[in-house]
Amino acid sequence: MIEIGQIKVIAAKEFRDRIRNRWVIAVAVIFTLFALAIAYFGSAQQGEVGFHSIEVTIASLVSLVIYLIPLIALILGYDVIVGERERGSLDLLLSMPITRLELLLGKFLGLSAALASATLAGFGLVGLLLAYQIDIGALYHYAGFMASAILLGMVFLSLAVMVSVMSKDRARASGAAIAVWFLFVLVYDLTLLGALVLSGGSFGEELFPLLLLLNPADIFRILNIFSMEDIKVLYGLATVFPASLSNPWLLGSMMVAWIVMPLTVALWRFK
Amino acid sequence: MKNNVIEVSDVYRYYGEVLAVDGVTLTVHKGETLGLIGHNGAGKSTLFKMMLGLIRPSSGEIHINGTPVHGGAFRELRRLIGYLPENVVFYDNLTGLETLQFFAALKGCDKGKCLPLLEKVGLAHAATRRVDGYSKGMRQRLGFAQALLGKPRILFLDEPTTGLDPEGIREFYLILKELNEQGVTVVITSHILSEIQERVQRLAVMKSGKLHALGTVQELREAVDLPLVIRVRLQGAPELLLSNLQGIAIEMPLMDGPDAVIRCHRAQKMDILRRLTMLGDAVSDVIVREPSLEDVFLGYSELTT
Repeated sequence: MIEIGQIKVIAAKEFRDRIRNRWVIAVAVIFTLFALAIAYFGSAQQGEVGFHSIEVTIASLVSLVIYLIPLIALILGYDVIVGERERGSLDLLLSMPITRLELLLGKFLGLSAALASATLAGFGLVGLLLAYQIDIGALYHYAGFMASAILLGMVFLSLAVMVSVMSKDRARASGAAIAVWFLFVLVYDLTLLGALVLSGGSFGEELFPLLLLLNPADIFRILNIFSMEDIKVLYGLATVFPASLSNPWLLGSMMVAWIVMPLTVALWRFK
Repeated sequence: MKNNVIEVSDVYRYYGEVLAVDGVTLTVHKGETLGLIGHNGAGKSTLFKMMLGLIRPSSGEIHINGTPVHGGAFRELRRLIGYLPENVVFYDNLTGLETLQFFAALKGCDKGKCLPLLEKVGLAHAATRRVDGYSKGMRQRLGFAQALLGKPRILFLDEPTTGLDPEGIREFYLILKELNEQGVTVVITSHILSEIQERVQRLAVMKSGKLHALGTVQELREAVDLPLVIRVRLQGAPELLLSNLQGIAIEMPLMDGPDAVIRCHRAQKMDILRRLTMLGDAVSDVIVREPSLEDVFLGYSELTT
């Protein structure tokens, strides 16, 4: 039987920790500055300065966020269990009337709340500034971008929790976290690209989109890009990715699966 | 038996190929203070953690109040238990009071009791200070307060006095005594054997994963039969003493200034004392020193090596 109250106690403590050490505000400020810079100077290379199109802005933000949020989430979460183990407080926590599942979920949800608050505050502030220049439909896109950014953060937090449970000490955990970041953000796409180029484009026309779905960072990109016609063409995604797989609910479910799986592995290995 | 609070029955624990706990059977009675001692790697922390339900035995069973520690009733059991881990480091961002309130919330006990608890362990003045400014002794006191949350009936204390100054150690044992009188059962580990030997009812000695010896300090002493030391202050020449003790003591007494130092077996003690009194005014003082717990403990270690 899961006791929700115990999860809440752990989550509230983690969240309060991140508020108190100014982590949330610091990350929110970083997001705000980047988003503002992108919104106003994003088209500087075309010789213009100032806000132009929400679609271009979101596309630029997506390119930034796809690197930044996984990194921030992994840094936030990698020591969540192994850190307690090194401090000696893990045994104390586990001697309380709490199960390991409740402890893991509490930690994960508390950190998720911290990251989500920073994301909402940082990008939300910029959204408010943009709100009077754009129409409702564009705002809807922007809200979708924020929601998917939060999901992306939760995926990598879940991976961070898994890394933290499976690592012997903090040093190894941080190494593994960076490896996870490289794998999903850089190596995976480069490998797929390499395979495409080497095979002269003939490599798995059917397989390729499915392989993209195995990487949460790619799902995030597709989720944001595919809803916007102009950008889709700009990215060249329309040619490789079938519309049948671009249903946002399907993509969203894939993200949720990416949140659940690492946590499940973490629970299984948490002994 | 109703009086048995903790029952460890034939417990084994492997770490891979390594046998950390090798067939331990042990019972702790209600209101008893049991000292668990052993070298590092003797299996005492593994046994400790199994009694707490933090790790599972490879085989064998552990019951607390007749309930299996790993069963469905673990939440109820753990509300009865207070645990002070060795060298615990708390969360730097929280104040002492917030730390206690966090654990109180997890244990499901009244947060209003946190401040009085801090007072009890002498930390009331630092209640609203962040833990990263605490000294080692203050952290240990905070850990103790945490273990006392929710009026536990069973206390597991792992090296509880590390980092405490003598005053802190004295206060710690005063609180422990008070709890003992209220029927709280205590399992305590310590490296400082002289410190706990006056304060525990029984000792369990772990060696290479086995429960090597179990009993009161006196029982352990008698079982090992280490030599007692009798120090005799002489007024006259030692020859009289030597002729009187001929063939009784283990070896000829050593002279240390005006004192003769005699090593003897326990069984010889009364005989020697009687002979000493027969010497009349030639003996002005007699001190009998029992072997210390360190001696007993080392004796146990030596017996098997």
